[in-house]
Amino acid sequence: MKPRTTPRAVIESAQSMIRMLLAAAAFALLPLFGMANTAAPLAADPVLERRLMTLAGELRCLVCQNQTLAESNAELAVDLRNEIREQMQRGATDQDVIAYLVARYGDFVLYRPPLKASTLLLWSGPGLLLLAGIGFLARTLVRRRAYGVRAPLSPEAHARARELLGAGTVEDPS
Amino acid sequence: MIPELGHFALILAFALAVAQSIFPLIGAARGDPVLMRVGATTAVGQFLFVLLAFAALVYGFVVNDFSVHYTASNSNTTLPLQYRIAATWGGHEGSALLWTLVLAGWAAAITRFSRHLPQDFVARVLGVMGLVSIGFLAFLLFTSNPFERLFPTPPDGRSLNPLLQDVGMVLHPPFLYLGYVGFSVVFAFALAALLGGRLDAAWARWSRPWTTLAWVFLTLGVALGSFWAYYELGWGGWWFWDPVENASFIPWLVGTALIHSLAVTERRGAFKGWTLLLAIFTFSLSLVGMFLVRSGVLTSVHAFATDPLRGTFVLVFLGIVVGGALLLFASRAHRIGLGGSFDLVSRESMLLLNNVMLTVAAGSVLLGTLYPLVLDALGAGKISVGPPYFDTVFIPLMVPAMFLIGVGPMARWKKATLPDLATRLRWAFAAGVVTALLVPFAMGAWKTSVSLAILLAAWIAASSIAGLVERLRQSRCPGVLGKFADIPRNYYGMLLAHIGVAVFIAGATLVKGYETEKDVRMSVGNTIEVGGYDFRLDRLSQVKGPNYTAVRGDVSVTRNGRAVTTMYPEKRTYDNQKNPMTEAAIDWGFVRDLYVAFGEPLDPKTWAVRIYHKPFVELIWVGWLLMSLGGLLAVFDRRYRVTANKPQTAPVPSPLLLDSGTAGAR
Repeated sequence: MKPRTTPRAVIESAQSMIRMLLAAAAFALLPLFGMANTAAPLAADPVLERRLMTLAGELRCLVCQNQTLAESNAELAVDLRNEIREQMQRGATDQDVIAYLVARYGDFVLYRPPLKASTLLLWSGPGLLLLAGIGFLARTLVRRRAYGVRAPLSPEAHARARELLGAGTVEDPS
Repeated sequence: MIPELGHFALILAFALAVAQSIFPLIGAARGDPVLMRVGATTAVGQFLFVLLAFAALVYGFVVNDFSVHYTASNSNTTLPLQYRIAATWGGHEGSALLWTLVLAGWAAAITRFSRHLPQDFVARVLGVMGLVSIGFLAFLLFTSNPFERLFPTPPDGRSLNPLLQDVGMVLHPPFLYLGYVGFSVVFAFALAALLGGRLDAAWARWSRPWTTLAWVFLTLGVALGSFWAYYELGWGGWWFWDPVENASFIPWLVGTALIHSLAVTERRGAFKGWTLLLAIFTFSLSLVGMFLVRSGVLTSVHAFATDPLRGTFVLVFLGIVVGGALLLFASRAHRIGLGGSFDLVSRESMLLLNNVMLTVAAGSVLLGTLYPLVLDALGAGKISVGPPYFDTVFIPLMVPAMFLIGVGPMARWKKATLPDLATRLRWAFAAGVVTALLVPFAMGAWKTSVSLAILLAAWIAASSIAGLVERLRQSRCPGVLGKFADIPRNYYGMLLAHIGVAVFIAGATLVKGYETEKDVRMSVGNTIEVGGYDFRLDRLSQVKGPNYTAVRGDVSVTRNGRAVTTMYPEKRTYDNQKNPMTEAAIDWGFVRDLYVAFGEPLDPKTWAVRIYHKPFVELIWVGWLLMSLGGLLAVFDRRYRVTANKPQTAPVPSPLLLDSGTAGAR
């Protein structure tokens, strides 16, 4: 990775260092408060871990049947999570991590496929289907209405229907 | 000897299926009652022979007959009896046999419960089902024979995937198949209607209970699958948009559209063509699901290419079924009438919109499921389409459909007006808004997305109740109980199913919005607080199961110092498997589940442990259960039985595909 010197990166890495220091301090001070029995979080930095897991939830575990990187305990998944964690600790943004993974494993690693020529139909498909559906709906409704106007029930037919039904009122059958 | 009997029974069943598909169809075309009657006899006979074959296969599993290839590769002697029986459908050949058995069972049920229907119609239905059966039996006999022998006979068999050794696996596939294959009935009804030229309100009424029953089974099957994933897979989710899940969810969506469209066809005679298309597509998509799961394309397109026989068979079969059905439809479509007219705002138009949304949603899920396969097959690169895609696409499509659940049942047939609807629904909407504002506060944190989803759920529930109140008021029966009894069962069924949707939305939203997850390292004596509960690891021990060894933790749970329960999460290593499996411990509760799962050991005395507090997660499955109960209630509506008990004395005015504006007004 290229060394990053943007102000944002500096701030981010400083923040994560402060978080680590605080976590370490909290860990060291725990016995003083008589809380030695509280189970320690698996991650040194829960905030970063949350960010990691959110991101890993959108990534594919490459050796599993169909599991996200967040869910899997396969060796490769654990290694990759460690790799991402290290990169995040060094101040990498989510985009940096994704770019790194795509460069290594291709788009296959992304559960949210990027928008490009080959996925154009995938992302536009539902919209096109919806348009077709609404078109179908509009056509049907218009035809129905025209059909209803074209063939109104004559008073005689209405009377006959009433007679056939044998009752004065037509109940709403629902 | 027994396996050969089973094989022979399958061959006989195949011969009967051929007879079942030829003679009744010819008989119906010629009006020959003797030939038509062959349908019922052969259907029952076929069912008995397939049942015999299935029993033979189960027997092989019970007595550990490893001279049969399929038994040897899916079972072993250490497996407990109930899982040996379930292992019968744990692999490919056995699932295909179960599938065939279910199909024959549905056909036999038609001969039993459709005696009141016109003879030529039943003959055509059975003929079509016989044609489908030929496909299934040929698939079994020519590509997936479960009775193939293995020589030399191994002393013991291979193990069933430990994930499948579970009561969920015993129940999930049979229910799923009952649903999938159950849609073959309405498919056959549709083709019989097209062949015979009879497509009226009576046709829709005959189809409805069968379709709804199939839908009930599929609903239960999907729900069981989701429930099983939740407690067995060990990472606390309940839906993963996995292609295998989608394969069952797509027919469910289209089937849901179908039962709504059938209601319109029965009541108003409208949507006939659309209903037929949906009937064809629901069953076809069930077959697509079978192709996806059974051909191996999901693991890899190339796996399919190296062993293409089964996949090709299903694909060709699918082509014949869909192509043939659509061809028949196209040749008769011009004779299908429009049915009753209706206005821009009416119950019909809303049900049509519901159908459009459900179909578009199903199409989108299908697109996302197939897209990576097609891309890979074309050599255009490997991509993954997962939960982020489906959530983005599916939820916005579903929200309008769910909103309509509140309005549709209140709208009048033929012509409704928006001001009238607004007046009748204002209290339901107000109740929805109040609930949506209160619930996030009751849960302890404001979340806009939660509030909006709760608005939707409360709106559905409140408008359902408003509809019920209105019906009770309109009832002319004396007494409160009389008024309740006056309302038909299928109305209660609809209410229950719709409230089920509301309950499901509430569960899915609350657990997503308010669950707490903690990943900690625990050794004996450690405690951790999650969601207001204190978890303490009291003991770690080795336990030995029938075919596994496990590390088990005793985790005692207290709340404000009071004992709540003790949970026993396990990490199991099955005898024939290398990778240890997580057996999560779950403390079930209506308002929350507690979920403790072991990760990996960090050192001999310390484990990585994942603990969840999941508020209201069970509402998800309560909702699905309510939907299926609602469907079941509708199946047993009185009017289906009245027609069933009364032989057809009064001639139904039979408007043979007649374009009649009054077809629906009974």
